[in-house]
Amino acid sequence: MLEISSNIENIFYLLSASLFIIGLKRLASPATARNGNRLASVGMLIAIIITILKYTNTNFEWIIIGFFIGGILGLVLSRYVQMTAMPQLVAVFNAFGGGASALVAIYQLMYSREPITGTFTLASIAFATVIGSLTFTGSFIAFGKLQGIVSTRPILLPLRNYLNLILLIAIIVFAIILSIPNISSINFLYILIGLSLIVGLLIVIPIGGADMPVVVALLNSYSGIAGAGAGFVLNNPVLIISGSLVGASGLILTRIMTKAMNRSLANVMLGGIGVADGSTQSGSDENRPVKSLNTEDAAMILGYAESVIFVPGYGLAVAQAQHQINELANLLKDKGTNVKYAIHPVAGRMPGHMNVLLAEANVPYDELKDLDEINSEFDRTDVAVVVGANDVTNPTARTDSSSPIYGMPILNVDKAKSVIVLKRSMASGFAGVENELFFLEKTNMLFGDAKDSIEGMTREIRDLD
Amino acid sequence: MDLISLIIIFALSLFIGYEVITKVPPTLHTPLMSGSNAISGIVIVGAIIIASNANGLLSTILSVFAVILATINVVGGFMVTDRMLAMFKKSKSKE
Repeated sequence: MLEISSNIENIFYLLSASLFIIGLKRLASPATARNGNRLASVGMLIAIIITILKYTNTNFEWIIIGFFIGGILGLVLSRYVQMTAMPQLVAVFNAFGGGASALVAIYQLMYSREPITGTFTLASIAFATVIGSLTFTGSFIAFGKLQGIVSTRPILLPLRNYLNLILLIAIIVFAIILSIPNISSINFLYILIGLSLIVGLLIVIPIGGADMPVVVALLNSYSGIAGAGAGFVLNNPVLIISGSLVGASGLILTRIMTKAMNRSLANVMLGGIGVADGSTQSGSDENRPVKSLNTEDAAMILGYAESVIFVPGYGLAVAQAQHQINELANLLKDKGTNVKYAIHPVAGRMPGHMNVLLAEANVPYDELKDLDEINSEFDRTDVAVVVGANDVTNPTARTDSSSPIYGMPILNVDKAKSVIVLKRSMASGFAGVENELFFLEKTNMLFGDAKDSIEGMTREIRDLD
Repeated sequence: MDLISLIIIFALSLFIGYEVITKVPPTLHTPLMSGSNAISGIVIVGAIIIASNANGLLSTILSVFAVILATINVVGGFMVTDRMLAMFKKSKSKE
């Protein structure tokens, strides 16, 4: 513990916060992003060191033990997680961040040296405790659903919306009571903790597997906001700045995901779609003919194309075919074909997930194009190859106002000169809607396992020469 | 710091966050989430402060537990983001 004035402390916190902002700014391009992440981690180190120097006295050894345990766990988790499991990892990190913020707030009320009497500080404690606790349990349920431990089907309790409403009102009431200095008591904090942990469970349990990207992004935002709340509790500006940066980030990503799914946030949170609405759709004419072909024919079409766009969906990752598609793309590029990838925002299990999975398979990032970039290019493209994607390619979203996916931003695959769809069967996607793309004259279906099909095409194209 | 300064900091940070994050391309949204997650691990500062003041068994356990959770967030978040960003490479022809 050194004599450090709070002005000097705050100068160092300002330095940390600046490094976080510059670091995030450097995420604007893949070329500078890695450096940006390192700058942010330096900012974190500075904040940690100045805090230890100023505050730590008696419990230094315990703090070091905490660093050691947390550091080892963080190291192991980050080193050995599969890229496909990234959403689960982020969910777990959200839980820890929210949990730590809640613990800081709870601790302040229970053990602070001077009793806390300010209304604003008490309200901040209530706020950080509530958001942190519900982020903690909500994120673990999200983790469970992503990992397949908890059923990914929306679990719909009867009267759940009334139950949530009652719990929410109870939380607000107890938070207000806790914030009034004369009647405030630690018991109200315990009640708040309990209620918030329950609400965290209840708001994530009814949400379907397909909506998980939205939930993970939202919980990411909450973990930041809880951190900002802890900053108000401790009067600490660096917590407030960083927490609000993360809160803003999570909210922006949440909005991007709901827009890409054509849903409102309220619609996702009240639960439902994921599976339930689908069954009503599959009626009319299921037995319409589609054209199918074998790998040899598909290889002929691809081998003589000048431009090819791959449209990967999560089915690609499920089939573990990222490396195979890169191999096929490299073969085509060697023949002089122009190759790009069209990535829909919800192609993976979290925002930007598919890009990471393809980057892992050595696909160059400048070939990964998002919706706005690529959609004008389909009509100039010879072949679009759809692998494991469905709803996001359905032209019905543009044309049929009665369709449940009407208005959803889609990839205009149907505008390409010809289309090859790799698919296991004719089963419909998450929305349970027939994909009109499959029935077009220019579309050929290549049925089977995506990995085998891609390997087959690669082999056949090699034989063409 | 007085309350109004903190609220000003809070509001301005939200605006900065909005401006900076909207510039991040969709390709980097997953590293953005894990990286911003690491930054939200800044609550480690709060955890260190409370652990430094703890003087009973339960309060020490509670605060050191907060240190552990926040450290996992910081170390894991930055490392996994670095691991992902290392995979993003430009195509050879354009290097």
